[in-house]
Amino acid sequence: MDFLAPFIEVYTPEHFKFLLEGFGVTLKVAAISIVLSFIIGGLIGTLRYARIPVVSQLLVLIVETIRNLPLLLIIFFTYFALPEIGIEMEITTAAIAALTVFESAMLSEIIRSGLNSIEKGQIEAGRASGLNYIQTLRYIIMPQALRRMVPPIVSQFISLLKDTSLAVVIALPDLLHNGQIIYAQKGSYVIPVFVIVALMYFIVNYALSLVARRLELKQS
Amino acid sequence: MDFSILTTNMDSFLEGLKITIIASLIALLGSFILGTLLAVMRIAPFKPLNWLGTAYVEFIRNIPVLVIVFFAYLAGNFGGMTAGTIGLTIYTAAFIAEAIRAGIMSVPRGQMEAARSTGLTYGQAMRMVILPQAIKIVIPPLGNQFINLVKNSSLLAVVAGGDLMYQGDLISAKTYVTFDTYVFVALFYLILTIPLSLGVGYLEKRLARSH
Repeated sequence: MDFLAPFIEVYTPEHFKFLLEGFGVTLKVAAISIVLSFIIGGLIGTLRYARIPVVSQLLVLIVETIRNLPLLLIIFFTYFALPEIGIEMEITTAAIAALTVFESAMLSEIIRSGLNSIEKGQIEAGRASGLNYIQTLRYIIMPQALRRMVPPIVSQFISLLKDTSLAVVIALPDLLHNGQIIYAQKGSYVIPVFVIVALMYFIVNYALSLVARRLELKQS
Repeated sequence: MDFSILTTNMDSFLEGLKITIIASLIALLGSFILGTLLAVMRIAPFKPLNWLGTAYVEFIRNIPVLVIVFFAYLAGNFGGMTAGTIGLTIYTAAFIAEAIRAGIMSVPRGQMEAARSTGLTYGQAMRMVILPQAIKIVIPPLGNQFINLVKNSSLLAVVAGGDLMYQGDLISAKTYVTFDTYVFVALFYLILTIPLSLGVGYLEKRLARSH
């Protein structure tokens, strides 16, 4: 019974409410970041796909640099280093900015490979029928590519939901952070708190991964 | 850029780099062993093993690595570096298990039947016939996981694991120069990850051509 006592102490309605509030922050930050990353990553991916000289090479350099850095470093950098050059953000904004920078680089690769997966002959056909390059991309290539991109984008959103937890290092009041506040009260609270925090992440991410898998099956 | 940050703290940067490399290599080896075991469990002809392997992979893949690292640090009686490396191993094993399972599934079924009919046991057939062929397909995704490990090893900083990120934090706290310090930390990471990325890219292309 001694083993179960801390579980009973921790699992109170107040604590659940507090954890759910934190999860709300996690979901909000992740949702805003994925939307921004989709826009920025979409732009970068399309520009790289179009192989515009100089711009393309510059984007490769930026995307590869970001993709090869730890996200934790980008978060630290955004919150602690940028103020030195006059860019100051409050915690939530900094978290969203850092996640967006990192995820835009990831998403741009997904979008570029999605565009690349559409046969090149389609561009020629589009052009031959009198559409210009932009119109061909917009009406012929994009709609087909977007459909193929949905499963990897859902997977990327799962990564993002998990990665949001890293923002506890700048004290973003997310699920993990609120869990930390609860287990800081008493040493024996650590295991019960981690069990419930892990389960909350798991339920949402697992549900999303099932969605991604179903979408993938539907396409193949 | 203040290069004196780099020169006067070179020892700390290199010490951090060393810990980052050691922790990543140990975690890679550990998660390769654990991941292979999990992959074999998931396809073994024994249902309870399948369930156990699947439960591990699905649970671990869907929770943040930081949660696992904190848990290893707080629930176990380890130092930061050990706890961090254990956490990374537990997490990465789930991804490596999936990569290896995909590799094993890519070997035609007939190979297992042929091996069994020559008198090998299931374990022998797996070890001597299936796994050596699967490994070729598994190497590029393993390389990707290693890159992720090097990047994720920065989480050691959160449990005072002494890695590159941690040393960077110490240096910036000591010198009050955060921007330049983090730029140098970033360069050290890129020295490790860019060659790895290029190598994996090359292997992926070569494998794609051989199919």
